[in-house]
Amino acid sequence: MKRQTALIAAILAAAIGGAALAQQSVATLRGGTPLADNADPMVIPKVVNTDLRQVRNYPEQPPLIPHKIDGYQIDLNANKCLTCHSREAIEISQAPMVSITHFMSRDNQFLASVTPRRYFCNQCHVAQTEARPLVENGFVDIDSVLEYVKNQQGGSD
Amino acid sequence: MTEVTRRDVIKAQAVAAAAAAAGIPIPAAAQNLITEAELTDLKWSKAPCRFCGTGCSIMVATKAGRVVATHGDAEAEVNRGLNCVKGYFLSKIMYGQDRLTQPLLRKRDGQYHKDGDFEPVSWDEAFDTMAEKWKKALAEKGPGAIGMFGSGQWTVWEGYAAAKLMKAGFRSNNIDPNARHCMASAVGGFMRTFGIDEPMGCYDDFENADAFVLWGSNMAEMHPILWTRLADRRFSHSHVKVAVLSTFIHRSFDLADIPAVFTPHTDLVILNYIANYIIQNGAVNEDFVSKHVNFRKGATDIGYGLRDDHPLQQAAANPNSGASEEMTFEEFAEFVSEYTLEKAAEMSGVPADTLENIAKLYADPETKVMSLWTMGVNQHTRGVWVNNMIYNVHLLTGKISQPGNSPFSLTGQPSACGTAREVGTFSHRLPADMVVKNPEHRAIAEKIWQLPEGTVPDWNGAHAVVQNRKLKDGEINCYWVQVNNNMQAAPNMMEEGLPGYRNPDNFIVVSDAYPTVTAEAADLILPAAMWVEKEGAYGNAERRTQFWYQLVNAPGESKSDMWQVVEFSKRFTTDEVWPAEILDANPEYKGKTLFEVLFANGKVDQYELTEKAKEYGNHESEDFGFYIQKGLFEEYAEFGRGKAHDLASFDTYHEIRGLRWPVVDGKETQWRFKEGYDPYVTPGSDFEFYGKPDGKAVIFALPFEPAAESPDEEYPFWLTTGRVLEHWHSGSMTQRVPELHKAVPDALVYMHPDDAQAMGVRRGSAVKVESRRGHIVSRVETRGRNKPPKGLIFVPWFDARQLINKVTLDATDPLSKQTDFKKCAVKIVPVGV
Repeated sequence: MKRQTALIAAILAAAIGGAALAQQSVATLRGGTPLADNADPMVIPKVVNTDLRQVRNYPEQPPLIPHKIDGYQIDLNANKCLTCHSREAIEISQAPMVSITHFMSRDNQFLASVTPRRYFCNQCHVAQTEARPLVENGFVDIDSVLEYVKNQQGGSD
Repeated sequence: MTEVTRRDVIKAQAVAAAAAAAGIPIPAAAQNLITEAELTDLKWSKAPCRFCGTGCSIMVATKAGRVVATHGDAEAEVNRGLNCVKGYFLSKIMYGQDRLTQPLLRKRDGQYHKDGDFEPVSWDEAFDTMAEKWKKALAEKGPGAIGMFGSGQWTVWEGYAAAKLMKAGFRSNNIDPNARHCMASAVGGFMRTFGIDEPMGCYDDFENADAFVLWGSNMAEMHPILWTRLADRRFSHSHVKVAVLSTFIHRSFDLADIPAVFTPHTDLVILNYIANYIIQNGAVNEDFVSKHVNFRKGATDIGYGLRDDHPLQQAAANPNSGASEEMTFEEFAEFVSEYTLEKAAEMSGVPADTLENIAKLYADPETKVMSLWTMGVNQHTRGVWVNNMIYNVHLLTGKISQPGNSPFSLTGQPSACGTAREVGTFSHRLPADMVVKNPEHRAIAEKIWQLPEGTVPDWNGAHAVVQNRKLKDGEINCYWVQVNNNMQAAPNMMEEGLPGYRNPDNFIVVSDAYPTVTAEAADLILPAAMWVEKEGAYGNAERRTQFWYQLVNAPGESKSDMWQVVEFSKRFTTDEVWPAEILDANPEYKGKTLFEVLFANGKVDQYELTEKAKEYGNHESEDFGFYIQKGLFEEYAEFGRGKAHDLASFDTYHEIRGLRWPVVDGKETQWRFKEGYDPYVTPGSDFEFYGKPDGKAVIFALPFEPAAESPDEEYPFWLTTGRVLEHWHSGSMTQRVPELHKAVPDALVYMHPDDAQAMGVRRGSAVKVESRRGHIVSRVETRGRNKPPKGLIFVPWFDARQLINKVTLDATDPLSKQTDFKKCAVKIVPVGV
């Protein structure tokens, strides 16, 4: 936890006092390639297919898909995802069941099955490739913030 | 890393379950559950989403000055608790580690230098340098030499303050929003057909329609939450039909009962065929048409919005003409009669029975139809025409302004409607649909703004594409870009945009939260507060105005765009920027700063700082000493009240999940122009299209005309550009969220497998995509979510490393001046990297 507290302090400090160095190239996402030039394109990265579930940034975040979904059919006729993630399927698949929120209608009533407004899974759930982030993100989750708050209040670690 | 299979995970889970059952303690960090309310209580506040024009409401949790969570707002009508994947990751968009925290100026040897390195400077030095350049340009060349490029992502008061500073302060109409790239053709369509901007219907149409027709729109990716409402309707009611028309197969086709892939630009043909079908099959709603519709024949051969010396412009008989003449219904019927089923099928490449099935949806009086479109129609060299022609088929059948009968123009940006359009940030516009060319409109603006007669200039300013041309030509020398990434977004970057920004005669200022491609092309970068780091207001595609408070502080010295505009106004006096004749006739304005004349004018500054919400910060009001957001909003709202654009009071919007204007007697309006729903309709008239003097909408006779550039032997492919679900616009926010980046890390060249095979490339091969103007290097995708037909490629534009707008053509609709980003000709060359 000490490490997380230090991380938050560092992020806050950087946000307040960060000084940029003199430079021509600032567009971080381009990695220094001049605007008129074209860098060699990255190789298409592999899709992460470990089946290892990842910590969510916050409870409301839709879980990421830890496996390939290439060629999955989700259309008028079928929803491939539900063959493993439906209420009935998980005993066999041992995959996580779709959240109970997915049974709720637009009027917050529970339906007999998954609501059609949640039919297209990949509007919210996405697979991940092995691509590396182009720039770090300094979001810190609530646990780290709470730790920071406790320390600010003089609480023990 | 060791490969862990699903089986391993299941095994591990089983072990854990067994251990738990046996009472064996398992090590789990989650057992350190913090339960003290003081610590775990989060502050939840509402805010509209930062991304598209759907306007979902978000609940934002803050703790200790940080955003720690976001989720869809269950109380919001728009999204009822849902978000798309981008919306669910809003918590992270402000925390990219490369946030700008100080102004950066290009310097050499301690001085500003066009080719210098970016060095941190104070706000004072930044504004001093800017003001010196602005004053020099104004003195030497006049107001035409300065320009501003804003955005449909500006908050309402940011856009209002910027438009006021430019049009009334600097007396220059050279201000345009990036909504020009996005919604200008929709605006043109509304003004031409109805005389008043923005949809007559609303999102409630999704729950009432029997058929949905997507004209070039890929809602599944671009308007995902509206797609959930459409999917809900389709799956819950088996009679509902969905038709999806596009130039390539995409995710929205997954829900299509009637899929149709058409040859680019032939939407003009298909729509005229449908009008012809309706007439030929006796499906015209004669009562409606006779009472509420006029027919007009539009000018043709109107050119392509290219530079005047371009051969295509010179070949046009009526360049840029929006003229039209009266015609009868019979003449209109005769005009569209040549668009037969056979001709439409041949030109569009869509099977005849498919076209007929789509036409029947419109023709059947029992089927309530919602038509939906965005960039496929708007980014089109005949975009205004296509908008007009969609209204044609709805007007012929009277399927308009009633629940479920709705031609609905979708919006790309969160406040393209609320700010860019309604506030009047376009180079030809004033608030509430008024225009700078109309002396009465200018007089109204001058009266509300308490400014001398003649302050607002009477000339149309330079629009987006012309601004870049004028930068290149050295005619605009001082240029300020706010909340958008136009070097990446604008067409023909290599021939127009980049040479324009780097022209040594020009001084370019870019305000942004992140160092974008556009920021790199600038001379001065100003750090901007974003989203919930400021108090804001957005207006979505269904005329819904939504507010939010400042929930966290912006990092470092960054400030909102509104603060930047208002603070900059303090550096100019009227004597420096207004002509002597105005000041001599109105001596009371002499010697005043533009801040005093425009913002501390007794109206904008009339609300005390004490009126702002005590539990939220407000960095602008705290700096200026009055509640500036409220002052700007209430002054702006004067333009629309009583003019069918009525907004509610400022305080109301902070309390509720938005209201759809016109808001009359505290009540919002869901369907305009229809008696019983719209208080502006004259009792007894049933329908009244009151934007037109005679209350009648216009059906336009308009023909097919070819695209500006079509594939040929040398450049054999159509190039179409667009977005992907996971990234919004140029990716400046979403590419900094690791989960979104890892979902879709790179732009790819989506192409047909047969085309790939024919040139000896396959998925993953590197290729050069080259037009007559420039090229990029990318990789081939043949199995992805987009499936183009042979002869067409799709390349998304979010990727800062692959700037596809180096390749696109700056041809625009000659009426709306909106670029056609969907059509130009390219060749594809395999490269060995």
